[in-house]
Amino acid sequence: MPPIVEEIAQLVVNGVMTGTILAVPAIGLTTIYAVLRFPNFALASHATVGAFAGYVANVKLGLPILPAVLCAFLVAGAVGVVSDEAILKPVRPAGFITTAIASIALTIALENVLRFGFGNDLRGYDLPIMRDWRFGPIRVGPQQVENLGIAVAAMAALFTFLAFTRTGKAMRAVADNPMLAGIKGINADVMGRLVNFVGMGLAGLGGMLIGLDTTIDPLTGFRAILSVFAAAVVGGLGSIPGAVVGALTVGVGEELCLLFLSPDYRGAVGFVAILLVLTLRPRGILGQRAY
Amino acid sequence: MENYLIAMAVTAGIYALMALGLNVIWGLAGMVNLGLVGFFAVGAYVTALSTIKLGVPIAMGMALGALAASAVGVFVALITVRLRGDYLAIVTLGFAETIRIVSSNAIWLTNGTDGISGIAGPGRGTLSPAAFNLLYLAVVGAIVAATYVLAERLRASPFGRVLRAIRDDEQVAAVAGKHVFAFKVRAFALGAGALGLAGALYAHYTSYIAPEIFVPLLTLYIKLALLAGGLGNNRGAIVGAFVVVFLLESTRFVIPHVPGISAVQGAALREMMVAALLIVMLRYYPQGLVPERLRIIPPPGSATQA
Repeated sequence: MPPIVEEIAQLVVNGVMTGTILAVPAIGLTTIYAVLRFPNFALASHATVGAFAGYVANVKLGLPILPAVLCAFLVAGAVGVVSDEAILKPVRPAGFITTAIASIALTIALENVLRFGFGNDLRGYDLPIMRDWRFGPIRVGPQQVENLGIAVAAMAALFTFLAFTRTGKAMRAVADNPMLAGIKGINADVMGRLVNFVGMGLAGLGGMLIGLDTTIDPLTGFRAILSVFAAAVVGGLGSIPGAVVGALTVGVGEELCLLFLSPDYRGAVGFVAILLVLTLRPRGILGQRAY
Repeated sequence: MENYLIAMAVTAGIYALMALGLNVIWGLAGMVNLGLVGFFAVGAYVTALSTIKLGVPIAMGMALGALAASAVGVFVALITVRLRGDYLAIVTLGFAETIRIVSSNAIWLTNGTDGISGIAGPGRGTLSPAAFNLLYLAVVGAIVAATYVLAERLRASPFGRVLRAIRDDEQVAAVAGKHVFAFKVRAFALGAGALGLAGALYAHYTSYIAPEIFVPLLTLYIKLALLAGGLGNNRGAIVGAFVVVFLLESTRFVIPHVPGISAVQGAALREMMVAALLIVMLRYYPQGLVPERLRIIPPPGSATQA
């Protein structure tokens, strides 16, 4: 293969990997949006909370990666429920502008709680050093593959939950038509808590997966937030399959841009993707109407 | 100490200008802007680059900064105004982040994270530092006063009435024959222009700008200022800006005396406090401390009972 084709093939492979990881927090965002109907910017700090919870479990308590990932999910989910109940839920009646601003304030507050406890230093997880696997000209890191597996497993679990369990169906009913769901006796408050637990838990899991690839600090989640929102908007805000498709699109797009841009522009590429989609097809690839 | 107080007054003036700009967008037109700091940065960078690289006079550089921010505002509004407000929230936040990413990495243009230093100020170098500070305070004061008068005129004008009507009920405004889309875009452009002008004033005052200055926290300061003064209330926006600067500065003196915390922890505590304050305001005073006074017109028929 000519070198440029090899390079593109490598970038596409990397893009699918980062896209799959990106899909996890993007699903969290879009699920919360589908049920509660506002873009929750606090997702950024919950991703960071998850990354740090996983760090504590992995480095301080010496747990292997898989239980640490579970910790990231549970802690971020629990923080999500508490912070929503205490801070965002009371402001929701004041309208989505107020709620969106409050969610930014919440993100900055949580970030600084972490900064207070852990400082600004970059931290890494305790990972075994392994040689990359080679498939012809394409190189893949074993850790990346493990991350990919975790992301796919998390998504499969969520799909199973939404498609086959009674609670999952109730959650979809609320997203579909809150009034009708209420008439059927589904408690919107309980569903709100549940969707926050699942959504923010996925954000935390995603934050840890992002951190496993690099390092973590109190801004880990905020740095990724543009890509996460890009994934959700490109796929169609509120659509879970859309978030997956959007995340893969954004992931591959961001990697391909590396052909002519430095990796520091990753978030900017996500922003351009948002602008393009809103101009050409505001509902996103698989979403509902956007106006 | 005097210089410190004057510097704080200049900062408060710049925040007041931003709060006035935000008031047009949020208070009058009811649109969200989570990326204030992006427009502020555009104003600052455009004036810094045009005065340094192109040798444009300071006043013209500032006008260019305001115009550029306004033009970007039109662009952002054109893409999102027809969509649900959620998208404006996402795009404005994303815009501010993108400006920060680009200004950190486009080293050939913005000198990256090292920032741009040596931005000229009116009379800096020829005047004594104290005289420069006073002169700058006068300039900022005059601009804030002029913007206040314009903003008040705007609020009372037919244009401002339409904006408030759109804010309260877009459909009713449309039914009354108002071109909602055009009004929103113009409101956003005006507000963004004031934000850009504030950025330009900041750049020429401190003589140094860098991406790390344009963080989301600054956006929260301005929201807090506007809420403290009352949403839709221009005089309140100015008062609120001074209150916020006073609060922020007083923590600077208190926090070093908290025993047993490091500098990083102190900074974190400060940011937590700002965020917590804003959350409390949003929860208990979503319309601000001094809400807009509305003229309540009694419905027809009820006058006979009174």
